[in-house]
Amino acid sequence: MEQLLTDYTLRTVALGSALLGATSGTLGTFAVLRRQSLLGDAISHAALPGIGIAFLLTGSKVPLILMVGAALAGWAATALVMVITTHTRVKYDSALGLVLSVFFGVGLVVLTIIQKTPNANQAGLDAFLFGQAAALVTSDVVTMALLGGMALVMCALFWKEFKLLAFNEEFAHSLGLPVRRLDLLLTTLLVIAIVIGLQMVGVVLMSAMIVAPAAAARQWTDRLGTMALVALAVGAVSGLAGALVSTSTAHLPTGPTIVLCVSLLVAVSLLFAPRRGLVARAVRRRLNSRRLQREAILMDLYRLAAQHEATEHPHSEGALMAMKPQAGRLHAQLRQLEHEGLVRAHSPRHWVLTPEGVKTCQDNRRGQNGS
Amino acid sequence: MTPFQLEIQLVAIIVAAASALPGTFLVLRGMAMMSDAISHAILPGLVVAFFVTGSLSSPWLMAGGALVGVGTVALVEAIRRTRLVREDAAIGLVFPALFSLGVILIARYAGDVHLDTDAVLLGELALVPFDRWIFHGYDMGPKALYAMGGVLAVSLLFVTLLQKELKLATFDPGLAAALGLRPTLLHYLLMGLVSVTAVAAFDAVGSILVVALMVGPPAAAHLVTDRLDRMILLSVGIGALSAVGGYWLAWALDASIAGSMAAVVGITFLSALLWAPGRGLLAIRRRRRRQRWTFAHKMLTIHLAQHERQPDQPFERHVEHLQDHLHWEKEFADQVVRRAVRAGLITRQGPQLLLTQAGRSLANEAIVAD
Repeated sequence: MEQLLTDYTLRTVALGSALLGATSGTLGTFAVLRRQSLLGDAISHAALPGIGIAFLLTGSKVPLILMVGAALAGWAATALVMVITTHTRVKYDSALGLVLSVFFGVGLVVLTIIQKTPNANQAGLDAFLFGQAAALVTSDVVTMALLGGMALVMCALFWKEFKLLAFNEEFAHSLGLPVRRLDLLLTTLLVIAIVIGLQMVGVVLMSAMIVAPAAAARQWTDRLGTMALVALAVGAVSGLAGALVSTSTAHLPTGPTIVLCVSLLVAVSLLFAPRRGLVARAVRRRLNSRRLQREAILMDLYRLAAQHEATEHPHSEGALMAMKPQAGRLHAQLRQLEHEGLVRAHSPRHWVLTPEGVKTCQDNRRGQNGS
Repeated sequence: MTPFQLEIQLVAIIVAAASALPGTFLVLRGMAMMSDAISHAILPGLVVAFFVTGSLSSPWLMAGGALVGVGTVALVEAIRRTRLVREDAAIGLVFPALFSLGVILIARYAGDVHLDTDAVLLGELALVPFDRWIFHGYDMGPKALYAMGGVLAVSLLFVTLLQKELKLATFDPGLAAALGLRPTLLHYLLMGLVSVTAVAAFDAVGSILVVALMVGPPAAAHLVTDRLDRMILLSVGIGALSAVGGYWLAWALDASIAGSMAAVVGITFLSALLWAPGRGLLAIRRRRRRQRWTFAHKMLTIHLAQHERQPDQPFERHVEHLQDHLHWEKEFADQVVRRAVRAGLITRQGPQLLLTQAGRSLANEAIVAD
């Protein structure tokens, strides 16, 4: 921890990764809700030729210039996907796959051309494939902070509009909102969020930073604001963890490490989130079926008692078992019913309904007949 | 052309054909992004199989990759079925995780061997002729030729034997299920085929070109034709053409072969997008424009016919009156008149417009037809 405050590289990396996670998490929230999860993949792959061409044209490796190139290419890719899907019968997924692979291919062509130019400045462009946290310097972080901060501020300013766009585009349209321009703005912000992360995570895996934090966050809440905040936190934490682990270990590329961290958080969220999580769901299902089982046992007891005029006539567990041979855990269930005050033990392994139990059964009966 | 160049192009053509066959069905079924997911996700399977067998050309590699590919599809489906995330997000979650695992395995444990991450993404088609199959001292040609040839044969078998089933399951999955064609089984067979193709092709062309060749040519063919069999043939043709074109582009630019091929795929798609007969953007524009003039001509002749031999005729058939009556801009009205005169629908007498016989019958037809 002390190292984090004193070590220059670590501090830079930590700041950069937190920034990356924060912007991609927040903007990813909208992308995931608007079913544009894979658009991020297309945009990040498409950024590669932008980076290469920006370098070819300017000969500079200033992050801002490369990022502008990446953003323009990513933006052009999005526009192309839109043109293809609106004007032809080619479907969205095909348009994405096509644009993604073709732009990436052009990027490779440009990169291989750069590699053959006698320009000593070229080293490091390769890092854009899988990211290289260790190469991050202060000016990079400043650029990331400026762009990311801008994107987040815009997001906050247009919060209400974007919310409407995410959940009910038709309604937004009917309110007279400029839906197309808002869509354009939101896509542009998404492009910025992706471009920020390229240096750290790389073009191949950046899409995961858009999808995963949002998908994890979605499991913990039903509110957009909370979701965006959780996604921000998930993105920042996994960015930080991945970057720190990869810089402190040899032969560990940053991008894949960050992606594995965020994937782990997604898995934890899918499994253990309260209410929506798979474990919570299984537990709930189990408890429900137990409760239904108990209700059935209670009704059996009631039916048996009804044959004896007096409802406090005790019955053995054997008799109950005979009525529902499949009911396991009969004794434990009866104990639970006793705990709820619906039955009481008469003698060992013999049970009788309490007045409250009788009332519950009568209510159940009525409810069933009524429906 | 040297023999090596010939061999490289031959392998590329076979890769293109083998990709276009399953690719057609991916594109038609709206699952194009599965090619992206599978071609990335197979990496850990390849790496593990490589560690176990110690060779890059073992059939176990193919099996390992294919297994992980189908496993990816199953995992995406399992996540989607929890309904916790949507399908596109499920795809976007699964394949980066698996790909990352593969990249890290390579970086940690296989840094020094042939298997490196650049090769996975980019492939190295130029190296294909150097990995040769020597059989009893005879040089049988590059190994990749046989691997890809085998995959192409399987693809061909799959598409021809299951043509009817694939067609039905693609265009009417409900009916296919009702007829007992087991669309789920077919789905997994197709995904298995995509995986095997991706594994066999990754060494030569890299995962990105696999995506380009699986999605691009079928998408371009889809713009040109309405028939499934023609679409398959066209895809294979376009793919092969892009492969050869890409090779020579790379040769001219001295750049990545796989990248150039993907770029040429993009160019062929763009050409189809612009110039496809009847359905390209230019054809659509031309048709819209023609429809506009045809409609304007009809309006004009109907207008003149309505007022023929009426007392207000001299006034109504005046050129300038069109602006008021038909709400046409002056410029547009002038253009319509010029075109109508050229088409022999009307004649001009000073500012007055007179219908010809052809114009009169056009107006009558338009009124009767509507």
